[in-house]
Amino acid sequence: MESLDLELDEGHLELPAEPMRLMMGPSHPAMHGTVRCIVDLSGETILKVDVQIGYLHRGFEKMCERGTWAQVFPYVDRLNYVSPMLNNVGYALAVEKMCGIVVPDRCQWYRMVLGELARISDHLTCDGAMAMELGAFTPYLWLIKAREMIWDVLEEETGARLTHSFGRIGGMAKPPTAQFKSLVRHSVSSVLRIVDESEKMLLKNRIFIDRLENVGLISAADAISLAWTGPILRATGVAYDIRKTQPYLKYDEVDFDVPVGTKGDTLDRFLVRLAEIRQSARIIEQCLVRMADEGPVNVDDPRVMLPEKESVYGTIEGTIQHFKLIMEGAKVPKGEVYSYTEAGNGELGFYLVSDGSGTPARVRIRPPAFTNTSGLSQLLEGRMISDIVPIFGSINMIGGECDH
Amino acid sequence: MSKAVLQKLQATFGAAILETHSQFGDDTAVVEPSHWLAIATFLRDDPACAFEMMSDLCGVDRLDVTPRFEVVIHLNSLSKGHRIRLKTRVGDEDGEGAQVASLVGLWKTANWLEREAFDMFGITFQTHPDLRRILMYPEFVGYPLRKDYPAEKTQPLVAYRTEEEAGVPLDKQAPFGPHEGMSFARNDFTKRAEDAN
Repeated sequence: MESLDLELDEGHLELPAEPMRLMMGPSHPAMHGTVRCIVDLSGETILKVDVQIGYLHRGFEKMCERGTWAQVFPYVDRLNYVSPMLNNVGYALAVEKMCGIVVPDRCQWYRMVLGELARISDHLTCDGAMAMELGAFTPYLWLIKAREMIWDVLEEETGARLTHSFGRIGGMAKPPTAQFKSLVRHSVSSVLRIVDESEKMLLKNRIFIDRLENVGLISAADAISLAWTGPILRATGVAYDIRKTQPYLKYDEVDFDVPVGTKGDTLDRFLVRLAEIRQSARIIEQCLVRMADEGPVNVDDPRVMLPEKESVYGTIEGTIQHFKLIMEGAKVPKGEVYSYTEAGNGELGFYLVSDGSGTPARVRIRPPAFTNTSGLSQLLEGRMISDIVPIFGSINMIGGECDH
Repeated sequence: MSKAVLQKLQATFGAAILETHSQFGDDTAVVEPSHWLAIATFLRDDPACAFEMMSDLCGVDRLDVTPRFEVVIHLNSLSKGHRIRLKTRVGDEDGEGAQVASLVGLWKTANWLEREAFDMFGITFQTHPDLRRILMYPEFVGYPLRKDYPAEKTQPLVAYRTEEEAGVPLDKQAPFGPHEGMSFARNDFTKRAEDAN
């Protein structure tokens, strides 16, 4: 057989010596569809990376200035669309802090249970997606199946799987359903079983561990300077959890641990999230025991709460009150407030400015994903291009809140 | 909670602290823009304050009040467990001259947060290393979170970049053209139409 004569004159081949510029995203599956990384590469090593966000910007803070205070709830649902209940509760607490309202005990326990369920679903999604992006598709399907069980409970309670809009100023839209406690207990135990199985599947997998361990290291001081909060700060060893340090709702009355990492690498971030799922399950069980089966959920305050439907259609006072709350909105005292809660990815802050009317003057969201993502370029520089995928996955950038 | 910090600020900086309040339990200090960096540095480095983390930075537009913009930062001390809100006021009624020192040297997170405030309000942070738009695109005109920017305003579509602007030959960028012989190339619809005829 004759050899192939390709007429290659390799002596004149010039290999490029300057860094190659690679545009990664926004429509790259590992970039979750909303982030673009402009990467300067030398071979496979990342020299410099410019993380560009904003592809999911929806002018959310501007829109909040057009409606009433209560009309912000559907917007906050769409901030972190993996755990919308935590956003609902966070915003409700911020407005209640301004109005000086404390919701009844039953509602506080209820909010905690729903919030912890949302946190579990957030962590399941993040850890599952990380595994999937590294090629482990089965644990991803298992964890998403577990998330589906959580969402079934939330659907039963709120009527919506994803965008619940369930929070209200001074309470919740509906009281807990009769089968709430048994539903939650049943789902959480199934979820924990699936988490155990997935954990065995992943943490005994050499390839998975090698892709995560000692990748994306960050020191505690750097993480604090970047204002990282939540699981990714705790992965560096800083036991900072707002539920412990500045407890809100009834978090000071329940018993739970704050899992921390040691090195601050991607594996730590993965493990901290897994451990937090179990802590959330502990909190949920204690809340279910303490939550009363009877009693008011909403605060009895006609300034913010809509009247009963019977009263709206039957009495003139009820009609007027309903009309004013819908058309003018609940009046919030003049001033400014910063209220912060521990959301799935860290500190979710609401800085609200009120001019005393029924419309917010300024609703500033402090989304955890924005500050978390701002540290991404620091983690990536000097690493290989294949490390972008696990590092980016472990940050858990949620486009909705990162891009406002 | 952090009243002591407010008192310490007043004792150290005196007239540069314009006002303080603790509404709804949030301790707040409004300071002169010229002392912005000095006061922030003090709050970070003083052992009794020790604000290691800047939780948030944002702008607020107070249309019809001069100075028009407020730059608000929320500081958090993990070691001391206290928080403070620091504000300064800049800009005239048209939004001109809104300038304040950048805090990137103190907290790394200020980089993106200041870019966002610049993007949304047009507040300039002097000595910021990389002050460009972050959420909006470079061709966007105006500052969307200003109160005089109409919420329903639309902006024209951005024209395609020329090769000079892009700095790379545009016909060489993915998706590949039909003549480049790639299986995942763009469809050649003219050829397909000719074939059909």
